[in-house]
Amino acid sequence: MTGQYSARDFDWVLIGLSLAIAALGVVEIYSATLSTQWQDAHLRQVMWIVVGLALMWVVSAVDYNWWVEHVPAFYVVAFGLLLIVSVFGYIGGGARRWLALPGGASLQISEFVKVVLVLLVAYMFGELPRERIKLAKLGRLAGMFALMMLVVGAQPDLSTALSYVPILGIGAAMAGVRWKNWAALVIVCALAVPIGWYSLKPYQKERLVAYMNPESDPQDTGYQAIQSRIAVGSGEIWGKGLAGGTQTQLRFLPTPHTDFIFSAYAEESGFAGVVVALTLYFALLMKIVSNAQTSADNSGMYICMGVAAVLFFHVVVNIAMVVGRMPVTGIPLPLMSYGGSNTITTFMLLGLVNNVRLRRFTN
Amino acid sequence: MNSYPAGTRKASDVQIAVFQYVAAITFLWLLSGFWQLQVQNPQIYSERADRNRIKSLPLLAPRGKILDRDGRVIVDNSPSHKVLLSRALLNPDHLQIIANGLNIPFERLTAKLRRLETSNAPEYQAAILKENLTQAEVAFVEAHRSQFPELELIRSQRRLYPRGGLAAHVIGYVGEISDAELELDDFMFYEPGAEIGKAGMERQYNDVLTGTDGSRMVEVDSLGRERRIFGKVDAKAGHSLRLTLDLDLQAVADLALEGKKGAVVALDPRTGEVLALASRPTYDPNQFVGGISSEDWRELDRDPEHPMFNRSLQAQLAPGSIFKPIVALAAGESGILDEDFHVTCSGGASFYTRYFRCNKAGGHGTVYLRDALKQSCNVYFYNLGNKLGIDRIAEYAELVGLGRRTGIDLPHEAEGLVPSTKWKLRMFREKWYLGETISVSIGQGALTVTPLQAAYALGGIAMGGVWHRPHLVSYDDLAEVRPEFERPDPIKIDLDSRHLETIRQGLWAVVNDGGTGGRARIEGYDICGKTGTAQLASTQFKQGSDDPRLKDTAWFVAFAPCKEPEIVVAALVETGEHGHLAAPTVRDVIKSHIDKDVRLAWARRTPPLAEAVDPAGPVAQAAAALEGRLR
Repeated sequence: MTGQYSARDFDWVLIGLSLAIAALGVVEIYSATLSTQWQDAHLRQVMWIVVGLALMWVVSAVDYNWWVEHVPAFYVVAFGLLLIVSVFGYIGGGARRWLALPGGASLQISEFVKVVLVLLVAYMFGELPRERIKLAKLGRLAGMFALMMLVVGAQPDLSTALSYVPILGIGAAMAGVRWKNWAALVIVCALAVPIGWYSLKPYQKERLVAYMNPESDPQDTGYQAIQSRIAVGSGEIWGKGLAGGTQTQLRFLPTPHTDFIFSAYAEESGFAGVVVALTLYFALLMKIVSNAQTSADNSGMYICMGVAAVLFFHVVVNIAMVVGRMPVTGIPLPLMSYGGSNTITTFMLLGLVNNVRLRRFTN
Repeated sequence: MNSYPAGTRKASDVQIAVFQYVAAITFLWLLSGFWQLQVQNPQIYSERADRNRIKSLPLLAPRGKILDRDGRVIVDNSPSHKVLLSRALLNPDHLQIIANGLNIPFERLTAKLRRLETSNAPEYQAAILKENLTQAEVAFVEAHRSQFPELELIRSQRRLYPRGGLAAHVIGYVGEISDAELELDDFMFYEPGAEIGKAGMERQYNDVLTGTDGSRMVEVDSLGRERRIFGKVDAKAGHSLRLTLDLDLQAVADLALEGKKGAVVALDPRTGEVLALASRPTYDPNQFVGGISSEDWRELDRDPEHPMFNRSLQAQLAPGSIFKPIVALAAGESGILDEDFHVTCSGGASFYTRYFRCNKAGGHGTVYLRDALKQSCNVYFYNLGNKLGIDRIAEYAELVGLGRRTGIDLPHEAEGLVPSTKWKLRMFREKWYLGETISVSIGQGALTVTPLQAAYALGGIAMGGVWHRPHLVSYDDLAEVRPEFERPDPIKIDLDSRHLETIRQGLWAVVNDGGTGGRARIEGYDICGKTGTAQLASTQFKQGSDDPRLKDTAWFVAFAPCKEPEIVVAALVETGEHGHLAAPTVRDVIKSHIDKDVRLAWARRTPPLAEAVDPAGPVAQAAAALEGRLR
């Protein structure tokens, strides 16, 4: 801390909510990996949380405007790292998206890109009054997003690439893009759909088809969707208890400690637990939004809303998948899913929000 | 970067508020999803979760053995492997590999799956995919245990039938239940893939032989590994079925027919128990176990000899002269035959402008009933039949059991045919020609009987007018396994004993006094019998043709001992040319019956040496008693 801020000024509500959710996650990771090859995953997750908290502190320590000012450098570094991953990264889950670190850990650079992109929006829009934001500028920003998405999408990691879109979207919305421009965006997207379909990998097409008709392909993605729904439904109101979920423990549920952690959680803690978790997530989002409202400047507002948008997107897409209201995608649930890169990225994003909160009176 | 006009931030508050509302609505939308699944109708999902993890594996009940009357095993089981399929765990991509590994044609596998889909069987219940796996197929399943959790290997019992088709037509065979059979009331509670009796005893007593399968409920994980056993219901083995067949007699009958086309039926006329029932050519029931291949089936089905056809109760042929005792009985009972009745045979006689020949060209001279039977004089019976008229012949033929099923406990028995004026009117809308009566009186014309009917009819006459329904499972045994079973009463008819005695003497003479059945004679033992040679085609038609298929049918029926019969045997040899050629078969069967009695009598007594050599001891007495029986 730079002296003028004490620990009392930290956004303890924000930190408390996120740690509460992370705790639910750790417990569920423990339960879901009992007697499997990943059975120490919950300890590793605790370690990621600790690392995340540390980085959160680092991110909070320097004025967010300093981070915003240096975004061009971060962007270049991040882009360079992504290219390195694409060439030298190792393959996991059919895509080249991991960068090995010495010591056996590996990083998913595309996760950290989110931090850069949140800052990028603040960099492009934050210093300008809203009236001066021109479509050309929005176009340039979109181009920079597209470049990142292209590289990540080519890994191929379509889900992560898509998760960048809400950051751009909320930025544009906050900057007051007119409805005509939104309409143009929608048309462009509509045109992109058929083109996108042809460029999809077969497994991606399968997922979409399975979503449309889950019973058609009960062993694959449709199978995952069905098993997830069975897990959730059979949890009933009070759940089957920790380590008591048959779908989770007998491994009918796919990846119950990562992408489908919320199915496992819903099975073992029931509707009651779901209400608790969703309330926590909603409160967290609203806290971030309130920080946007009280931010000292536009940069802070863009940062908070960017973070809110990306978390919102992750939570909705993941949980809607769990209840079978969206197709199966590889989007993790922030703060609950097991995984170092996503957990650390989330805490870094929350660190930015905390940063804005810390300095709400400075400017 | 600092100090922006305050107003610019105010405007973005609208967007922030929109975001808040959108977020709130979206979270409610998510929550409603959980509400639907977890609160509104969670039972659906709880059940499905249970189905996921609980697998029901059948414990197959072994089918009951089939034994002969002395408890010797005719049909046994041998250990084998079956493979089961759990549809709940099935990955459609595996089907082709499974089809190859288990040597099941792919189309047959998919057809089977479709049938299972439409059945009531729950998805988690494993169904039989293939039985009697070969070593290689067992190895295939074992090796892919972790890749194919949908497959489950279980030990079972496979049916083992006697080699060479011994008693094949009686025993029948088992096979997979067909779509048509699933519709039957008998198989209401069966599911596709089940093994049932398809023919013979296996079919007739399927309910007795079939045990009750047990099951094992196990908790499995998504890879199909068993984690825990929930419960177990033990299998109950099927009842063993003891037949009245005597393997000794059956073997003799089967051997006697080797290489021929025909049938042998041996009954105990005192009870109706079937001692032997043979039909040739035969087939190997082992071919059917676990599903007959289509090539094997085509071969059996197209065989011009029809090996699946059970001649002993399905062949309907003219009885020829074996019908004569029945005509004699009808005449005696109708009072048109007194002791003085005789006919002078000059080798033929004219009736209704047609000349009917006797079987002996030179004629038999003056014949009374005894000699008429002994020499099988046609002219005598032409006269008798002419006097009786067709309807009286038909009445007595039906009385002794012809023209209707005997009611034996085997499926697909034929009825035979007893012609009459009414029958002709019904069938052909024509009146009866009196000339036809002449043919019928020597067992020709439209009259047909099955070998079983022949033995049944003569057995009843030999018993002095008591007909016991032929059956293959003793009534005592049946009452044990089927509590609702009611013993059928024998049919009893008062017959003139004096007249019966004359017929019996005639039939005795056939075998023992230079008659046509001399080849059936056993030294020191009383056998009454009658030969029959039935034409398939008229002599004129056959002229110049030596097509073997048109050769005459040879019959021989006999009972023994003559006074108190214990056994009645009918033998049929198609294209056997003359009845006396069927006689040795009957003799062999009767001989084995006697030999067996002697052997059993000795086996029952294994006395100390001192007793055995004592001329006044029990052994000597038993030997004397036996001698007495043998006369």
